[in-house]
Amino acid sequence: MIDPTFVELSRWQFAAVALYHFLFVPLTLGMTWILVIMEAVYVMTGKEIYRDMSRFWTKLFAINFALGVTTGLTMEFQFGTNWAYYSHYVGDVFGAPLAIEGLMAFFLESTFVGLMLLGRDRLGKVQYLGVVVLVAVGTNLSALWILVANAWMQNPVGSEFSAETMRMEMTSFWEVVFNPVAQVKFIHTVAAGYVTASMFVIGISAWYILKGRDLAFAKRSFAVAAGFGLAASLAVIVLGDESGYELGDVQKVKLAAIEAEWDTAPAPAAFTLFGMPNQEKMETENAITIPWVMGLITTRSLDGQVQGIKELIEDHEERIRSGIIAYEKLNALRNGDTSDETKAVFEEHKADLGYGLLLKAYVENPADATDAQIAQAAKDSIPHVSYLFWSFRIMVAFGFIMLILFAISFYKLARGRIEQNRTLLRILVWCIPLPWLAAELGWFVAEFGRQPWAIGEVLPTFLATSALTVADLITSIAGYLIFYSVLLAIEMYLMFRFARLGPSSLHTGRYHHETGGETLSLNPAE
Amino acid sequence: MLLDYETLKLIWWVLVGALLIGFAVTDGMDMGVGVLLPFLGKKDAERRVIINAVAPHWDGNQVWFITAGGAIFAAWPAVYAAAFSGFYLAMFLVLASLFFRPVGFDYRSKLENARWRNTWDWGLFVGGFVPALIFGVAFGNLLQGVPFHLDSFLKPHYDADYLWALLPLLNPFALLAGLLSVAMLAMHGAVWLQLRTESLIADRARAAVGILAPAVTVLFALGGLWVWAGIDGYRIVSMGDPGGLSNPLAKEVVRAPGAWFDIYSKMPITMAVPALGLAGPLVVWLLSRLRWPGFGFVFSALSLVGVIGTAGLSLFPFVMPSSTNPGSSLTVWDAASSHLTLTVMFWAVVIFLPIVLLYTIWCYYQMWGKISVKQIEDNPYNAY
Repeated sequence: MIDPTFVELSRWQFAAVALYHFLFVPLTLGMTWILVIMEAVYVMTGKEIYRDMSRFWTKLFAINFALGVTTGLTMEFQFGTNWAYYSHYVGDVFGAPLAIEGLMAFFLESTFVGLMLLGRDRLGKVQYLGVVVLVAVGTNLSALWILVANAWMQNPVGSEFSAETMRMEMTSFWEVVFNPVAQVKFIHTVAAGYVTASMFVIGISAWYILKGRDLAFAKRSFAVAAGFGLAASLAVIVLGDESGYELGDVQKVKLAAIEAEWDTAPAPAAFTLFGMPNQEKMETENAITIPWVMGLITTRSLDGQVQGIKELIEDHEERIRSGIIAYEKLNALRNGDTSDETKAVFEEHKADLGYGLLLKAYVENPADATDAQIAQAAKDSIPHVSYLFWSFRIMVAFGFIMLILFAISFYKLARGRIEQNRTLLRILVWCIPLPWLAAELGWFVAEFGRQPWAIGEVLPTFLATSALTVADLITSIAGYLIFYSVLLAIEMYLMFRFARLGPSSLHTGRYHHETGGETLSLNPAE
Repeated sequence: MLLDYETLKLIWWVLVGALLIGFAVTDGMDMGVGVLLPFLGKKDAERRVIINAVAPHWDGNQVWFITAGGAIFAAWPAVYAAAFSGFYLAMFLVLASLFFRPVGFDYRSKLENARWRNTWDWGLFVGGFVPALIFGVAFGNLLQGVPFHLDSFLKPHYDADYLWALLPLLNPFALLAGLLSVAMLAMHGAVWLQLRTESLIADRARAAVGILAPAVTVLFALGGLWVWAGIDGYRIVSMGDPGGLSNPLAKEVVRAPGAWFDIYSKMPITMAVPALGLAGPLVVWLLSRLRWPGFGFVFSALSLVGVIGTAGLSLFPFVMPSSTNPGSSLTVWDAASSHLTLTVMFWAVVIFLPIVLLYTIWCYYQMWGKISVKQIEDNPYNAY
């Protein structure tokens, strides 16, 4: 039987190593493009200050990148080490984008990052710009392929279960690649990365401006980040809305849970702004709602319905009963009964096999399940609503705050007196952590909202684990947490140290700490 | 589909082997350099020379490891599942020691503090030594068979738990294989250092090759004798159509002395591979002494092909034999992905791997030249 403690620990470990990894990814995704912009301006104008900007921000990029690589290593093997049944069951489909990610993206990114960090003196200006562009393309392509893989977990298209090999097998590679969920997720995620990098650069630049240090350097960095950040935060929100539309289409459960939509409301559904979801009673207490909005976002129409949780649970109960038949027939097939009738019945019910497997949390053989167990399994098919409800709302709020900050910064900058807006500058410094919090919450919503499935409607999470022991998991969780936390502390120390040093860390002799605290010239390029 | 299923399964055995050898030739080189770092570099500037001889490339090299992992996931999901969950704590040790590398390379020279730098140097040592050892140990255990079985739903179960799963992996034969792996990668790193550094450090690297290269030949020969004399191989007695659907439970396997030598008697040409593993390191030793480290590196790479290729060939068609339930063994024929996935991945490799090789060569070309102490001292802030 399944040991719930063991499953919980496996999930905690994956969540921890994935969220840790994603502390470093968004900055890499966006920073590469910011460096491309700075380097391109340098190539076009020949102004040395842009080269200094590129060089300095590359230093900070590298400190972050090292931990991205470190924590990324774990991820490539985490499925095999801790999710062995998952790996067997879906490796035929899920492994392909992962391997292509390595071939097409990681190689590009990692081979050229060496030249980006150490090869500037050996390359021509345009060559070097080309190298930075290739690193940016590589990092963004890796996001594409990992999100193709992730989207398949959410919406497993282009594949079919095979009773002979006892696993999901690919039927169309292009359907897997052009999974609509992958497209919106990719743009939403990389744009979130661009926002992260912009917030990082604008926040640190704001701090230099507040200190009155290296103003020419800081203001130019500020300008690049404000422009890039404004465009990116608009994209995140528009594409986030697009994901909402996709959810309404293919991930009804996640959508209903995020919105705490207990009952199927008459179209167009209202959007619950705030409230206290209560999973026991299946209602949202003290809800503040805005009429029509949710129907519009998720169905792009006034008459499309958004299914409520209660109705979904009823549907799922049906599917569990159908899944029991699928499971019985699968067993018969695997035990050698390959009669046409068995095959036909299995084919008819096989789309619900995953629902049948949900019962394995309670009984060894789903056919033995009682009505109470079936009802309980149907209830399990809905993730915990209030966590999703709140995580989602905080993420969206942070997104809007950043959009507003970038818009104001851009406007004030255009007016030309940014150093006088000291309150805005202080807020920008303090808001540096916001994109990271929003990104982690976003992942939480996407992955926790997928529960109880490892692969949507195909493989329950609790069945996907490896056959390990609690002791294995405690050892590895402790190991990862200790290693990662020590490394994170070291990374933060270096990041603060070099951010405080600023462009003086380039040892050009032109910046604040090297000129005895005086700025030699407002524009070092002159 | 252009290629039939059986041929593709065979091609994928070659491709996974090629990725693993690619990993050893590229990343194995910088791991070997990591192993040698504390010993060949006495002063800080010397250590920086050693580090900068691989600094622009180690990250790209490491992708061979990641891609090999991804390719095994895509092409042999059953192996990916059984091997990494079975060798759970060993895999954790590999990953944890690899953690030292990205940060070691990038952070080491960012601060002046001597203790800080010395700590990272030993971190880079661990990041080279431990994975090299464990990869060898893993192959040593594959040759002895791994205690696991598949249940009727094809979930892999390791037949020992926790430390009782980890510790028996470190048996004498596996440790010999681990030692061979460390010596081999250290030799490879030493030849590289002889090629890319000058004077004192190059001399020390040459001295290291003088010890390591003969050691590789001796350890490899010892390993071969040990398998011959004391380790039973596995043999398939009956199985379904090799071009059929993958079902690892539909075959009969026996343990048999000498079975790991079957392929060499069936196809004598394959004996060239172990011969390369035996003779290659001796040629490396000679070329290194003659101060031709460029050719030395080529032969060092060929030696890796010989040693790793021998392990793969001897096991063929097994990938992961099971000692406790031989019928659960995973082979080239029954651990593979579907025909479509193998086809898609085949084209992905055919298209992208040559491109990868081209730009990798371009990057090495751009960064080519001997690294000297003077270069480091002239450029203390930008070098690693």
